[in-house]
Amino acid sequence: MKKLNLYIGLLSLLFCGNSFAQQTPAPEQAEAISIVGATAHIGNGEVIENSLIILEDGKITEIIAADLTKRQYPGKQIDATGKHVYPGIIAPNTTLGLVEIASVKATEDQDEMGDMLPNVRSLIAYNTESKIVESMRPNGVLLGQVVPRGGLISGTSSIVQFDAWNWEDATVKADDGLHINWPDSFRRGRWWRGEDPGLKPNKEYTEEIQKLSDFFASSKAYLNGNRNDQNLPFLAMEKVFSGDKKVFVHANGEKEILDIIQFKKDNELSSVVIVGGYDALAIASELKDAEIPVLVNRPHSTPNNAYEDYDQPYKLAKLLHDAGVMVGLESSGQMERMNTRNLPFYAGTVAAFGMDKEDALSLITSNNARILGIDSDYGTLEKGKSATLFISEGDALDMRSNILSHAFIDGREISLETHQTELWKRYSKKYSEQESE
Amino acid sequence: MNLYFQKLPNFMKLKFLLLGIVLSVSSAYAQDYFPKNDGVKTENTNYTVFKNARIHVDPKTIIENGMFAIQNGKITAVGKKVSIPENSIVVDLAGKEVYPSFIDLYSSFGIGKPKRVEGGNGPQYDANREGFYWNDHIRPETNAVAHFKYDAGDASKLLEAGFGAVNTHVPDGIVRGSGMLVALTPNVSEGDRILNDRSAQYLSFDKSVLSRQSYPTSLMGATALLRQTYIDASWYEKGNAKNKDLALEALNKNKNLVQIFATDNLLNEFRADKVGDEFGIQYVLLGSGKEYQRLDKVKSSNATYIVPLKFPAAFDVEDPYLTKHLGLEEMREWNQAPANLAMLEKQEIAFTITTHDIDPAKDFKSNLVKAMEFGLTKEAALAALTTIPARTLGQEGKIGTIKEGAWANFLITSGDFFDKETTLFENWVQGEKKVLNSMNVTDITGKYDLELDGNTYLLAITGEPTKPNAEVTLDDTKIGSKLSVSENWMNLLISSPDTTKTEYIRLVAKVPANSKNISGKAILPNGKETRFQANMKDSEKAEENEDSKTKSDSAPRELIAVTYPNVAYGFKERPKQQDVLFKNATVWTSEDEGVLENTDVLVKDGKIVKIGTDLSAGRAQVIDATGKHLTAGIIDEHSHIAASDINEAGHNSSAEVTMEDVVDPTDINIYRNLAGGVTTIQLLHGSANPIGGRSAILKLKWGAPADELIFEQAPPFIKFALGENVKQSNWSGNRFPQTRMGVEQVFIDYFSRAKAYEKEKQAAGENFRKDLEMETLVEILNGERFISSHSYIQSEINMLMNVAEMFDFNINTFTHILEGYKVADKMKEHGVGASTFSDWWAYKYEVNDAIPYNAAIMNEVGLTVAINSDDAEMSRRLNQEAAKSVKYGGMSEEDAWKMVTINPAKLLHVDNLVGSIKTGKQADLVLWNEHPLSIYSIPEKTMIEGVVYFDKDRDLELRKEIQKERSSLVSQMLKEKNSGVKTQPVKKKEKQHVHCDLLEAVK
Repeated sequence: MKKLNLYIGLLSLLFCGNSFAQQTPAPEQAEAISIVGATAHIGNGEVIENSLIILEDGKITEIIAADLTKRQYPGKQIDATGKHVYPGIIAPNTTLGLVEIASVKATEDQDEMGDMLPNVRSLIAYNTESKIVESMRPNGVLLGQVVPRGGLISGTSSIVQFDAWNWEDATVKADDGLHINWPDSFRRGRWWRGEDPGLKPNKEYTEEIQKLSDFFASSKAYLNGNRNDQNLPFLAMEKVFSGDKKVFVHANGEKEILDIIQFKKDNELSSVVIVGGYDALAIASELKDAEIPVLVNRPHSTPNNAYEDYDQPYKLAKLLHDAGVMVGLESSGQMERMNTRNLPFYAGTVAAFGMDKEDALSLITSNNARILGIDSDYGTLEKGKSATLFISEGDALDMRSNILSHAFIDGREISLETHQTELWKRYSKKYSEQESE
Repeated sequence: MNLYFQKLPNFMKLKFLLLGIVLSVSSAYAQDYFPKNDGVKTENTNYTVFKNARIHVDPKTIIENGMFAIQNGKITAVGKKVSIPENSIVVDLAGKEVYPSFIDLYSSFGIGKPKRVEGGNGPQYDANREGFYWNDHIRPETNAVAHFKYDAGDASKLLEAGFGAVNTHVPDGIVRGSGMLVALTPNVSEGDRILNDRSAQYLSFDKSVLSRQSYPTSLMGATALLRQTYIDASWYEKGNAKNKDLALEALNKNKNLVQIFATDNLLNEFRADKVGDEFGIQYVLLGSGKEYQRLDKVKSSNATYIVPLKFPAAFDVEDPYLTKHLGLEEMREWNQAPANLAMLEKQEIAFTITTHDIDPAKDFKSNLVKAMEFGLTKEAALAALTTIPARTLGQEGKIGTIKEGAWANFLITSGDFFDKETTLFENWVQGEKKVLNSMNVTDITGKYDLELDGNTYLLAITGEPTKPNAEVTLDDTKIGSKLSVSENWMNLLISSPDTTKTEYIRLVAKVPANSKNISGKAILPNGKETRFQANMKDSEKAEENEDSKTKSDSAPRELIAVTYPNVAYGFKERPKQQDVLFKNATVWTSEDEGVLENTDVLVKDGKIVKIGTDLSAGRAQVIDATGKHLTAGIIDEHSHIAASDINEAGHNSSAEVTMEDVVDPTDINIYRNLAGGVTTIQLLHGSANPIGGRSAILKLKWGAPADELIFEQAPPFIKFALGENVKQSNWSGNRFPQTRMGVEQVFIDYFSRAKAYEKEKQAAGENFRKDLEMETLVEILNGERFISSHSYIQSEINMLMNVAEMFDFNINTFTHILEGYKVADKMKEHGVGASTFSDWWAYKYEVNDAIPYNAAIMNEVGLTVAINSDDAEMSRRLNQEAAKSVKYGGMSEEDAWKMVTINPAKLLHVDNLVGSIKTGKQADLVLWNEHPLSIYSIPEKTMIEGVVYFDKDRDLELRKEIQKERSSLVSQMLKEKNSGVKTQPVKKKEKQHVHCDLLEAVK
């Protein structure tokens, strides 16, 4: 029990007097903070050993090798010698804050009825008090794109940061993206209708794509008109055509992705992102030429087919990257919300199967920021960018050393406590007291 | 008599046939006792004698130029020469061959598949029937004969294929009752056709469609039910039951019949055979056609196989995107399946052939020919269709042979039946003739000068006499033509020589036998009638035109070698145990010795024999492990891979079922787990009910058959479950219990009953009814079987420990145990271990308080803690999951590593054999490229008992081979498609990704 006691002692020192409610959002950054001595992982492939990072008014105002400067360390000093600093990890394509407990319908706000819902906005349903959202932070996942699910056009996502009183305060980028579930050219048999449950060609594939094209064409026509009759879905497409709302197309197949490339051209869309991209490697050069990035689904998956390489999902992001495609990682799938905190380990796994570690880091930081269009402020440790970063005891991509001592969102030092750490402390205390009795 | 038939139009022929039958049905020996009101008595005891035939008496005996006589539906004499009684009709079969008619052992002829009962909301737990067994799916009282009605349409298809008798049954239920052997004789009464009204008993693993009774919902449930039924039948037979049970009585009555077990996949064939072995029954097995994938097991089953003649069509692989979804397994099956029968023959496995699942008229002959192109011999094929089915049914000498005293069931063919071009003329059943193709068609093939309307055409007639083709040329110009020959009449249509017009000349002529020249009437395009004359040029046969030949689709293709298992990454040859010296490794012992640097580990005869420095290799292969880490194989306490089924949800207790019955050694997840360093798993039942099923503890010996995967020295386990799944919280259910309060009552009730059962058993002695469910619970009470209980919240954890203590035993393991940290002290007191997820939570209400610090807290309190997967994805990187406890709770690395090795070994009571690197233990080892808890770590070799089942280098080789194999199969299939053979669209079989914790799996 010795070690446990030590931990309890340490913990109570650090976080005394916390109640069991959700964490209170941190106040605005009041004074400068200097993080000294850490290995700074910039997020773009670069590393600065023994760095000096200065945070002021929510921004990074200096990041430099400590021995290259003689300037005074302003404000509060954090000695991070031997530790590692990373940009806040960005989680694209999540349903965080939209669902609390998957099996309890009352807690579910991710899938509105209807097929074409560009007007449906995830942001207004985002629950800042979610216990799952707060559990992201101790792993360094500090920002996320909140995405509605279902339908052909699921709706419009927004990007939030994970320490806020309400969704308005949480907003990093409102209504950043339109989400399309591209039809599959294959479909599972509807076993409840007595069909063989195996995968079969989808006869309605072309028809469904036509439906999408028609919708795009109709909304364009509507927007060019006098708009006297209100049509909310069409109106919500305006930003898509103006290029202010990116189009995230969720698709995995090679044929589907080729059709999406054509769709992008046909509809003159400036910014299209593939989400999933299981078979994207075969058409990497086409994707590169069309300037379409891919948010690769979590590497912690099994291959789709028995004959495929067992490590196919582990290495896909690396192979796409090597082929010149802009690649990020996303975490959707089974148990997606709670698993999103494993994003750093997804990147670690990609590194295990051949990618350079710093490149792997950029999959969940700078690349994700660029793909989501928030790279002017987030995704790297660079002068002038938001002070959204964390300090880890060691390599944050390895679960053994992803141990955070500090995390900042826009310069605000946020709590690393959660519902889970509180239960941990409460019960650890129970046993350490039993021990001492 | 045949000559008469030739000349008659069809409707007249039918009349004659009918007459013929009325004349011949009565018997010379048996007295007729049926009243007759439709005319006078017309008994026919004439003989029919066939001469000059090539008679296939049986597959091994041929009489050239032989004779045989039939009378009253039976064969009366066979030989080189038989005497011809005066009252005989003699048929000359010169140039023709005679075979016994075929027999199909697996049929539902005249019965069909019963219709599924409709209606009802929610599961039905009780049986519909009263006075029968408690489970509606046990239907031994079913008699095929009560459901049988001769189906002339199906009969004619079977007759066309060459069958004379089939063994038919009601294809419904687990025990299906007695089948009947029936002759396909047309136009007689059922009484005449039935050769044996109780010819066999049929069984399967499939439920009856006539009842909605829920149990069994699973394959292991069906297996357990069958076992219990056998036990109950023998108990009932001794007069121990108070009640009448017509089903068990029927089962006992059917005991001495041939037992035919219907399956539809290879694994189920072995499963059925195993149940048979347990009860001293040798089933005849309806196979799947995939026996070639595991011939050694098929052979050692000693079963006679009834093999379907159905081969998968080639896939349409023209679209490369679709083709990507096509599994290698399915591609290989297309390539290999036609060779199945040949391989069975080579192994000398007794088999018969069935038309089950194919259209006998359309597919039987062509598929049979295909099987022969892949190596099946004629002799074996004939035996499989005649003598072996006859022998299997105890009907040797009565059917399936041309022999005195046998039924007159025989085929007359134009030549060797198994040649593609041979025509089957007649199929005689019980002395009744069914003409399929007229055997007196005049052979008009040859080259003729055709004199017509002032022109001399060249007419070449080629092909089979019954299906001839014509080619007509005039002055070296080919003229369009169409020829048909029916009975002794020829019709020839040719295009007018005036090629500017689309006009035809019609020719019709009678062609009597052995005529050299053809003359008849021609009708010219203008309607004018004239005579034509065709004179045969010479006796030389016209050479067949290349174009008119039907292209052979199945020119034996290059066969893909079968692997073990026969899926991607299977072994061409089962891997062998090797002696290995791991040199200079960092060794994670999972013992008190901790981590040893620069250490050698010597493996001999599957065991770890020495750990130390500078060990000498002797004859062992040396593996340089410098810079690498060697650990014990990972043990997953909670897995659902390698299983054909997971949940028996039909009862709230299913202690009688065992996962050992449903192990699937072909699951690719076995290989993927090996690639993640996993060597042992506990294959657990799902969590649909409070008392689940018994576990299978497996070693992941990729390539071995199911029974060899079972970790024999491991003690028996059972899965229990608590909480939302068992109380059916997340879907609507109507089964007790619906609350946690009820869950406790289920346990108390069952254990009380088990106690009473044991007491009664000791008192009752021999006449006691053995109950498989109670026996299992008694084992638990006696500490002979361990419980691994799915559990989440603290109240239920405490409850189950209390129940156990009430009955004076211990819970062995709580699995999932996400609130274990809340009651770790109580758990320690009880002495239970914990196997948990590293960080799963929030997927349902009862995991709201699940925390990733759980393992660390329980470990600190002193419990034996393991990290498990419950998931085919997570299981292949359990090292990472263990490492999460270093982050969440600050566990030491050595402790974390123990959570996936020695700790689960302790929980499974196999820690004396596996789970650590210790001298004397089984050599289940993993060589990692670096620190095993690091996220960057990858297994390079995974070994079980000295056999390397995963090797990263071999994996890389296999990837290349798989790619090669796929492209070669794609070309083969494209070739097949281009040759005009029908293909099937690409389909992908989906395997459900199972967690016991996900609702879809529980349902």
